[in-house]
Amino acid sequence: MSRESPLSGGQPGPPAELLLRDVHALDPRAGIDRRLDVVLRAGVVAELAEPGTAAAGDGTEVIDGGGRLRLLPAFFDPHVHLRTPGQEHKEDLDSGTRAAAAGGYCGVIAMPNTDPVLDSAPLLRSLRDAAARDARIPVGFVAAVTRGLEGEQLTEMAELRQEGALGFSDDGKPVESAGVLRKALQYQRLCGGVLALHEEDRSLSREGVMHEGAISAALGLDGIPTVAESTMVARDAELAGYEGARVHFQHLSCAASAEAVAAAKARGWRVSAEVSPHHLLLNDEAARGMDTSMKMHPPLTSEGDRTALVQALRDGTIDCVATDHAPHAREEKEVPFEQAPMGTTGLETAFAALYSGLVLPGVLELPLLVERMSAGATLFELEVPTIAPGRPADLVLVDLEEQWTAGEHGWQSRSENCCFAGRRLQGRVQLTLAAGQLVHRDRALALAGA
Amino acid sequence: MNHLLSIEELDRSGIERIIGQAQRFAEVSEREIKKVPALRGRMVLNLFYEASTRTRSSFELAAKRLSADVVNFAASGSSVEKGESLKDTVLTLSAHKPDAIVLRTPWAGASELVSRWCSAAIVNAGDGKHEHPTQALLDVYTLQRRLGGIDGSSIWIVGDVAHSRVARSNVLAFQRMGARVTLAGPPTLIPRGIEELGCEVRYDLDELHTADVVYALRMQNERMRETWVPSLREYAAWYQVNGRRLNPAQVLMHPGPVNRGVELSGEVVDSPQAVITAQVEAGVVVRMAVLYELLAAARPPDAQPASPAREAGRERVGEGQLA
Repeated sequence: MSRESPLSGGQPGPPAELLLRDVHALDPRAGIDRRLDVVLRAGVVAELAEPGTAAAGDGTEVIDGGGRLRLLPAFFDPHVHLRTPGQEHKEDLDSGTRAAAAGGYCGVIAMPNTDPVLDSAPLLRSLRDAAARDARIPVGFVAAVTRGLEGEQLTEMAELRQEGALGFSDDGKPVESAGVLRKALQYQRLCGGVLALHEEDRSLSREGVMHEGAISAALGLDGIPTVAESTMVARDAELAGYEGARVHFQHLSCAASAEAVAAAKARGWRVSAEVSPHHLLLNDEAARGMDTSMKMHPPLTSEGDRTALVQALRDGTIDCVATDHAPHAREEKEVPFEQAPMGTTGLETAFAALYSGLVLPGVLELPLLVERMSAGATLFELEVPTIAPGRPADLVLVDLEEQWTAGEHGWQSRSENCCFAGRRLQGRVQLTLAAGQLVHRDRALALAGA
Repeated sequence: MNHLLSIEELDRSGIERIIGQAQRFAEVSEREIKKVPALRGRMVLNLFYEASTRTRSSFELAAKRLSADVVNFAASGSSVEKGESLKDTVLTLSAHKPDAIVLRTPWAGASELVSRWCSAAIVNAGDGKHEHPTQALLDVYTLQRRLGGIDGSSIWIVGDVAHSRVARSNVLAFQRMGARVTLAGPPTLIPRGIEELGCEVRYDLDELHTADVVYALRMQNERMRETWVPSLREYAAWYQVNGRRLNPAQVLMHPGPVNRGVELSGEVVDSPQAVITAQVEAGVVVRMAVLYELLAAARPPDAQPASPAREAGRERVGEGQLA
C-alpha cells in the first residue's frame, strides 16, 4: 500500500474476484436493505444486481447467500492493541489483524503504548513498514501525545503526522496535566490529527482494580469510582471547547461520562466518543468471581451505567463501538485478580456478542449496530466502509442464525483473555473483505462454484 | 466440604458443625496429653506470603495436636523472591503431596485460584482484604462460649473496615449466626456499598452503648501515610474503644495484635470483659476442627458420624471418644 494512504498493510494477495449471489445487503448509510447479487471485480464492488441475475465471469468464485446471509459494510475498530513492538508474546501485527479479519473488520487503529512507546517518526516509519509486510488488514497508527507516555513533553506531533500518524493518544494512561493537554490541543492547529483520550484521574482511581461499589466492597478489592473518568471527560471537553480542538474520548464506561459528552456536543464542541462491547454487555457482577478476563480498564461498571451507555450509543452521544482489544499472555492473566494486567480481547467476538446481547433481545436495531461498528473510521478522517459500486470491497458476510461458543475452536489472536470466552453467541462472520482482498473465510462456508 | 475458602460459602449449619467439633477438641486440650492421632501421616503445608506469627503458629499447633506433619513455607527468602509465580510455587510444593495447604496471601481470591491448581484441601488463612474465615469461626466460637449464642445480639465492628479481611468474614459469619452487625469507623475507611452485605454503617460511636459485643479492628500505622485519617491522635479521639465508651456488660473483641492507646485503651484490653486471649485459645481448637473436617471427617456432611473402620486416624478421634 502506498504511503499516500494513512493505513498500512493488507497482505498483498490477489484482489477478490467474487460473486456474492443472493445476499441480503444492509448498509444504512447507503440506504440499502434488500437481497442482491454483488459482483466484485479486481477487489472493487463492480455491480449490484437483482438476486439471481448477475453472471459469474471466468475465474470468479460464487458464494451463495441463499437470500439469508447478510452482507454488511465491514467493521472498523479505532482502538486496538497490537502489542508490536516489544510485546509480541501477547500479540503481533499478523495475529492481531487475523483476529480482526475473523471478527469482520476491514481496518483497525493501533494504540502507541508499546515497548518502546510509539513516540517518534522513525519508529512509526518502521512500524508502518512492518505492517505493510505482516498485517492481514489495513492498520492505522496513533502516536503518543507525550514522550514515553510520561505526560510531560509533547512528542514531535507534526513530524509524526507527516509520517502518517492518524492522531495522538497516551492510551493506558491519562494526560494528567491539563496544561500539557492544552498545549497538545493548541499544536493540533498546526498538524491536525485527532487527540484520543483515556480519561482517568489517578488520584481517584489509585490502586483500584475494579468498579467501586457493593461488589468491590464485599470482595475487599480497591474500587475505581466512576468520577475518576467522568470528571476528566468534563475537564477535557471544556479544554477542547476553549481551544476549538478536536478530541475523541476513548472507552467510556459510565453514565456521567456520557452525560458530559452529550453536554459538550450540545455546546457544539468537536468531541466524539467510543464504547466497548464489554461495557455495553457486562456489569461489575461479572467480576464477582474474580475472573481476570473480567479485569479491564476502565472497569466493568454498574448495571445503571451499562444501560446508560447503551442509550448513549443509540442516541448518538457515543459515536462508535471500539473493542479496546487488549491481549495478554496466559501466564500474565493466570494470577490473582489484583496482580493481573487490565484488558480483554474483543475483535473476534464484538459483532456476535453485541448482536446476541443487544439486537436479538430488541434493545438495538441491527442497522444502528452496523452503522456504529464502522463509524470509528469517520472519526479519524478515513473513508467509512460502504457497499457502493466503484468502492473497494470492505465487506463482511455474516450468518445471523449460526450459533457458536466463543473460543471453542481457539482464537486467531495470540491471547485468550476474552471476557466472552465460553459464551454461546449467535451471528457468525463467514467472510471478510478488506481493501478488496479476501482476508477471512469461515471454515464452514460452503462454496457454490469456482 | 473440600476447602475452606470463605465464610460466604458456609451456611449456618456448616458453621455450627465446625464449632461443635471445636468444642470436642477443646476437651482434648484440657488433658495432660493434648495430642490426638486423627491426622497421623497427613501433611499440612503452611504457605505464607505475608508475615504472620500468630495465625501461622496457631495453624501449626492445631495440625500438630492432630498428629499431622507440618511444613512451613514462607515466601520471603524463597523461590518466590526469585520471581516464581504463585501457580508454579503451588505446583512445585504439590509434588510433595500435601493433604492440606494453609494459604495466606496479600491477594483477594488467591486461595480459590490455588484450589483449582492442586488436589490438596485449601484453607484460606487470609486473602488480601477479602476474607479470613478461620478468624470469623474462632470469633463465633468465642462468643458462643461467652454468651451461649449470638442470635439476636447486636455486634459493632469498629475501625478500619476498608483494609480488613477480618471485618468481611465476620460480618458474614455473625449474620449467618443470627446477629445484627453494625460497621463503624471513619468515612474514609468504610467502603462505599459495604452496607449491601446487610449490615448497618455508622460514622461515630454515639450509639456504641447499644451493642452487646464490640469488635475493634487493628488500625495500621501505614494508613496514616496514605492520609486515610488525618492523625492517629484524632482517630483515637473519635474511634478509640475505651472505658468511657464501653459499658461493663459489653464483650470486647480484637483480632490482634492490639495497638494499645490507638483502637483500644489499655484499661479495656486488661478488663475482664475483653476476650482477646480467649480468641487466641479458640484459634487452635477451631483450626483443629477445620483441618479435621477437611481431612478426616466424612465428606458427605450427613453421613454416619464416625465410621471407625474406615480410617486409622478417625478411629481414635471418633465421636465416642471425644464427646
